Amino acid sequence: MAASARALSPALPQPPAALRPATAPQPGFHPERLLVIDPLTRRFGDYQIAELPALLGLGDALVVNDAATVPASLQVDAGLELRLVSWEEDESFRAVVFGAGDFRQPTEARAAPRRLLRGEQLRFTSELSATVVDVDTSEPRLVRLRFHSSGAALWRGLYRHGKPIQYAHAAAPWPLWDVQNRYAARPWAFELPSAGRPLTFELLFELEERGASLTHVTHAAGISSTGSPSLDARLPFPERYEVGTEAARVIARARRAGGRVIAAGTSVVRALETQAAPGGLVHAGSGETDLRVSRFYTPRVVDGLLTGLHEEGTSHFELLEAFAPRALLLRALGHAARTGYLQHEFGDSCLILAGSLLAPLAA
Amino acid sequence: MDLNKKSALVTGASRGLGRALAEQLAAAGARVVLVARSQAELERVAQSIRDAGGEAHALAFDVSRKDDIHRLAGAAAALVGPIDLLIHNASRLGPTPLRLLLDTECEDLSNVLEANLVGPFRLSRALAGSMALRKTGTIVHVSSDASVNAYPRWGAYAVSKAALDHLSRLWAAELAERGVRVLSVDPGEMDTAMHRQALPDADATALARPDAVAARIVELLHDERVPSGSRVEAQNWKAA
Repeated sequence: MAASARALSPALPQPPAALRPATAPQPGFHPERLLVIDPLTRRFGDYQIAELPALLGLGDALVVNDAATVPASLQVDAGLELRLVSWEEDESFRAVVFGAGDFRQPTEARAAPRRLLRGEQLRFTSELSATVVDVDTSEPRLVRLRFHSSGAALWRGLYRHGKPIQYAHAAAPWPLWDVQNRYAARPWAFELPSAGRPLTFELLFELEERGASLTHVTHAAGISSTGSPSLDARLPFPERYEVGTEAARVIARARRAGGRVIAAGTSVVRALETQAAPGGLVHAGSGETDLRVSRFYTPRVVDGLLTGLHEEGTSHFELLEAFAPRALLLRALGHAARTGYLQHEFGDSCLILAGSLLAPLAA
Repeated sequence: MDLNKKSALVTGASRGLGRALAEQLAAAGARVVLVARSQAELERVAQSIRDAGGEAHALAFDVSRKDDIHRLAGAAAALVGPIDLLIHNASRLGPTPLRLLLDTECEDLSNVLEANLVGPFRLSRALAGSMALRKTGTIVHVSSDASVNAYPRWGAYAVSKAALDHLSRLWAAELAERGVRVLSVDPGEMDTAMHRQALPDADATALARPDAVAARIVELLHDERVPSGSRVEAQNWKAA
């Protein structure tokens, strides 16, 4: 598709519309859409995800989150589900408790769970059980668990019993296979770091062949909804991350080449910005971050963001406002909703990158 | 590759060549994840490796089941980090005594392909993406001389190994520029439970010991001069 044929940024205000959800994984390659938003020219335009390599330039660095997704939903009985939200250094886990029901009901419509007590034993299966070692004082649905097994027995038990966390927009249970990015390694994420999901190796290799570079961080992406408004207000929870020496080196090389740093996903933004160093560089390092990125935050490392389509009012949308003005985002998202873009894990993508729509796209 | 502190995953690790490989990789300093279907048998092997001072984790999963692939890949990476060395050693003969093709059930052929060919493809699919991203990694497919010789009655197994050899070459071709080395190794005839199952009357004294073959494969891992995409006979290969 030639750039000149694209309809860029309709000027007239349109009535608001809601984004439709993608309800299931799409098998194989299919044309996925990419909404490109350019805060420099205040324009946006319709592309395909396969055009991403051409939108990035020589010397740019794309940074992905290589965390694999843990099947973090654990059922105790019909009336009690725990969703793991973080894995602490001491091998304990934090979890949010849900009452009767499953992913088919919106989280806020789920029955309230019974109150768990400190010291209570939870038995998931004959090979997986845990003790509640802590209950949050202001939010009793937030607990800390210590499993009774460790090492291989713990991980075998979690993987045999756990199911991927899903929400009401899902049409059916998702296999664990479908919530992994193609380059995933350590299981640090409790929900799919979904910005990476449409990234095929065809696309990643093309990106490198065009002179951009590819690197990764690992970030423990947590859950996106707890069913409790006051707990949701605390999202995202502090999350574990690791920025390796390789990522620091690739970003430094991109800076020397005058290239830009593009984060594939909001989790990558949090990790890189937490490790920011002067001059748009990052220090290699690891830890836990409670950084909140919003319109009050000026990114020091990340120049552009590849992400899904996020609606106003979510913590993800708040983060987008660090990269583009609210009015432009709302205009672009309104266009996306009206023209059938899909949101959520298996939906379409959005690239926010200053200067991306300055020049016509090279063939 | 230097095996010290590297993360290795070996399938079919409860006996025979897989067990010997797991033991020797751990002895060379690798952090080893052992995979096989039987938890009790696998745990005994892992324990004996730990008793000898090595690092070993037993994960009982079935490589022929798609649902088990990301379970074992995720659990393995949780225990030892991103996988640097993947050895596809698990395989099945199909029903024994081995049968002529004219007597082979279609379902038996499918089951053998699922375990010996599709399983390794799926597991590489789950682990090699991270290798390509990190631009490092080694994948070894354990083959058989039945993949190049048309031995009557070895049909299902032989076909699966011939395809596995080609799968190995294809992975190597696609990952050539990505720092991932992919090899296929024909271990030759070994004195193992699988060999006894296939050929109960064979003279065991004429067969190679799994320990000796595993040692040859470990040498091969160290010798970077054997190019990616090679199919190597463990008995005849010589260090360059």
